[in-house]
Amino acid sequence: MTFETSTMTKDPILKVEHLSMRFGGLMAINDFSFEAARGDITALIGPNGAGKTTVFNCITGFYKPTMGMITLRQRSGKEYLLERLPDFEITKQAKVARTFQNIRMFSGLTVLENLLVAQHNKLMQASGYTLLGLFGFPAYRQASKESIELARHWLEKASLIDRADDPAGDLPYGAQRRLEIARAMCTGPELLCLDEPAAGLNPRESLALNQLLQEIRRDTGTSILLIEHDMSVVMEISDHVVVLEYGQKISDGNPDFVKHDPKVIAAYLGVEDEEVEEVIEEIEEIESEQGGINP
Amino acid sequence: MANVASTTASAGSELTARALREAVFAGLITLGLFVLFVGLKTDQNIRNELILTQRWGLLATFIIVAMVGRFLMVAYAQPWLAQRKATKAAAAEVVKEEGFFSRNFSKIAIAALVLYPPVIVALFGVQGSLKWVDNFGIQILIYVMLAWGLNIVVGLAGLLDLGYVAFYAVGAYSYALLSSYFGLSFWVLLPVAGLLAACWGVILGFPVLRLRGDYLAIVTLAFGEIIRLVLINWTEVTKGTFGVSGIAKATLFGIKFDASKDGFAALMGLPISSAYYKIFLFYLALALCMITAFVTIRLRRMPIGRAWEALREDEIACRSLGINTVTTKLTAFATGAMFGGFAGSFFAVRQGFVSPESFVFLESAVILAIVVLGGMGSLTGIAIAAIVMIGGTEILRELTFLKMIFGPNFTPELYRMLIFGLAMVIVMVWKPRGFVGSREPTAFLHKRKAVSGSFTKEGHG
Amino acid sequence: MEYFIQQLVNGLTLGSIYGMIAIGYTMVYGIIGMINFAHGDIFMLGGFAALIVFLLLTTFMAGVPVVLALLLMMIVGMLTAALWNWTIERVAYRPLRGSFRLAPLITAIGMSIVLSNFIQVTQGPRNKPIPPLVSSVYEILGIAISLKQIVIVVITAILLSVFWYVVNHTPLGRAQRATEQDRKMAALLGVDVDRTISVTFIMGAALAAVAGTMYLMYYGVVVFTDGFAPGVKAFTAAVLGGIGSLPGAVLGGLLIGLIESLWSAYFTIDYKDVATFSILAIVLIFKPSGILGRPEVEKV
Repeated sequence: MTFETSTMTKDPILKVEHLSMRFGGLMAINDFSFEAARGDITALIGPNGAGKTTVFNCITGFYKPTMGMITLRQRSGKEYLLERLPDFEITKQAKVARTFQNIRMFSGLTVLENLLVAQHNKLMQASGYTLLGLFGFPAYRQASKESIELARHWLEKASLIDRADDPAGDLPYGAQRRLEIARAMCTGPELLCLDEPAAGLNPRESLALNQLLQEIRRDTGTSILLIEHDMSVVMEISDHVVVLEYGQKISDGNPDFVKHDPKVIAAYLGVEDEEVEEVIEEIEEIESEQGGINP
Repeated sequence: MANVASTTASAGSELTARALREAVFAGLITLGLFVLFVGLKTDQNIRNELILTQRWGLLATFIIVAMVGRFLMVAYAQPWLAQRKATKAAAAEVVKEEGFFSRNFSKIAIAALVLYPPVIVALFGVQGSLKWVDNFGIQILIYVMLAWGLNIVVGLAGLLDLGYVAFYAVGAYSYALLSSYFGLSFWVLLPVAGLLAACWGVILGFPVLRLRGDYLAIVTLAFGEIIRLVLINWTEVTKGTFGVSGIAKATLFGIKFDASKDGFAALMGLPISSAYYKIFLFYLALALCMITAFVTIRLRRMPIGRAWEALREDEIACRSLGINTVTTKLTAFATGAMFGGFAGSFFAVRQGFVSPESFVFLESAVILAIVVLGGMGSLTGIAIAAIVMIGGTEILRELTFLKMIFGPNFTPELYRMLIFGLAMVIVMVWKPRGFVGSREPTAFLHKRKAVSGSFTKEGHG
Repeated sequence: MEYFIQQLVNGLTLGSIYGMIAIGYTMVYGIIGMINFAHGDIFMLGGFAALIVFLLLTTFMAGVPVVLALLLMMIVGMLTAALWNWTIERVAYRPLRGSFRLAPLITAIGMSIVLSNFIQVTQGPRNKPIPPLVSSVYEILGIAISLKQIVIVVITAILLSVFWYVVNHTPLGRAQRATEQDRKMAALLGVDVDRTISVTFIMGAALAAVAGTMYLMYYGVVVFTDGFAPGVKAFTAAVLGGIGSLPGAVLGGLLIGLIESLWSAYFTIDYKDVATFSILAIVLIFKPSGILGRPEVEKV
């Protein structure tokens, strides 16, 4: 296999094996396998309709895959089979957080409240499942204070601190994207899954996003899995790129490798109409040289 | 100059012509709507056959009122409103500093409610206070309690419940039956009724909470009806439509409110009157309302309350944050049901009689209307809506002077529900977000700012 | 066996009436996504209009043929109910279109209260009985089928086919389906959305008025509270069949009619509504979008 890369030898946080997802007669994902290494930024790219979001939904439990195994290994060594957990347990126990392609805010809650909702499980425990908190026990008050501090920390990171008390629905688009990431981070994840975080951002916001993601990785050691169309984001920040087309993996490796993979070029990276034949010829040439590994 | 005057004159006559046209149109519609129902009346004659009575004069009045109303509306009211809007838009918006009254609104309101019975007694005497304390005070407080309970389900969690009255019924019958079969006291049964209602909330909620939107609405409506039908038909226990009567009264630290020599009146050296019991009930209802408000306010600032509101905003995002939406919905259902149960047992102790008649769908509709008219989620708004809607229709009973206008056969009570329905429509069209449309945030870093109603969602479940 | 078939016939009759009302609920729901709570009262209003027309005919035109009388009752009922529903949509629902979703639900409940109390105030609170209009009964293979049952089923079938044709094969129907799919897009493509919605309300009301006339003929009595129970059951039928689906509404109506008459015949009449509502709850638990409804896909 040409796909073997150095990342495979590292400690994987997420292992997706033989994942298949069928909707009626449509095979959205077909025998898809990949690994994401701990501490890495792994990008999942591919043309529209390739099934990237479906893979995400399988990992985060919103879809139950038709076949396959998704293993998450935490720092502590504890392993979870994500395809067997209900969606909210994946966040709660396995510590996987996600954002959405179409932003899903609690638009009527303030920015701060959005981040407090994300700390639900921790606060529930601290409030003795509501009962102790109802009578104002100090343990809950302490936890409540800490949760606001955590929220303040992420608001500062996402440069939203000035808008903390505004309704989330009132934020401009780019800020909502950052808020969604900050909210996901408030759940204390080991793996953060971002569904097109740079979509619709202007270059300046895109740059700020890159910095935020790199900071997250540096400061918290959270591994990041992201779906992205914006090649500048992908190539600049990811350590490992997986390319998906028609539900199948066509390339997997470091950004440089993927960038120069002719199949990726043909499938995805802006090949002009008149160039297509040329590229295909090129691919055939390479393939024949390699002895027809992928017929 | 003359030119300008002539254009305004022609615009004016054009407006008048349009208003006339619209008036004629309105008259025709009114004729069509009312010709059968107002122009003619079905009556029974002595042989119990239906005959028609003709009322063309009344129909003509309807039509004239509609035409004149429409004419004035188009010719004068609409231009005036448009002009006012224009001047308002032109003038810069002045940020109003919150006055002393609005800042301390809830404190003032509570003080007013505490002082209400003594003031009424001072004004109308002990006997005369009965009506004001009972029909207005207690009646409104019951609805406030119910609406605050339903607010948790509909206003906070965004789950449309059309069968809330079921929990009210469970509470009322729990007290009525347990006290008459086992002789337990009100103070024991109040929490029991709340717990039983909460259990029913979980039992009914569990199978249906994965339904969304209007499917949930119809199933809750169905459950409300099922509970009422069972109460009607399970005659061995509930005595069916006859209802349970002679329900024990509540006591104050063991002191009874009766004519006996250790009753409340005798102990206090007061003349015997049922008004003292009503005043006691008023304070009891007020205390229950305060508990409901306190718990709701506290819960909103706790993770569970925030999860409810988050659920209303976006259920999928909730699940992505590790929130178990099923238990979150169930707790909302159970908490709302519990307050319904408290209100129910209070209702039973106040009436001394319960029958399935009190728990019809209309009650659910009225409670829901109060929640929505008040502004979902806002305790103040809901209390205002309860006062306006319930107090307003109660006051119709008092308008005996209308008899002088419409003749001695005029009974204002007959028009009570008609006006109630119209008020629901008018208020909703006028203020679709309710009296208090904005939302108070539950936490803040720098400054507490109300969230405008245009951002909050109404839920879909 | 005969008893069973007899109950089947009764259930079918009742189900036809529910089905006709259910269509109004389901169409309005399909097109603007609101539960038109006042629809049951529109049905009652149609019944009252038919009653008054009947009384007018017997008072002023004694000896008019029954067929003509029924036809007149139906037509006047349809016109009156349609006018009412049109007006209600204009004043109580249209101003709230596109605002808060619960607001039109509340105005609909308000209108429902207004309509039933309006009839109570103007026509009095008592039951309004009329002498039987159609009384012949045929005995077929030991099963008693009354002419009125036949009339109801036949009229329902005719109206539903007309209706089916209108929705599926006319420009009006196309406009309705387009508005249902995407109101904004339909408006952009030149569909007069306001008019289409008005027409939907008018059509629903007309069917409800026919159902009201049939109800009056079948039971021979109408009262101002009659909007509620049949209304709720028709709504239940619409949801059971899958709200938004026209065949679903008819199917739901027939099912509810059958459940009701079979339950009353074999078990206890007291709990027939409990049975109806329980079956609704059970069906929805296993099929959350009703029998013929499109399952709601949760897009993530």
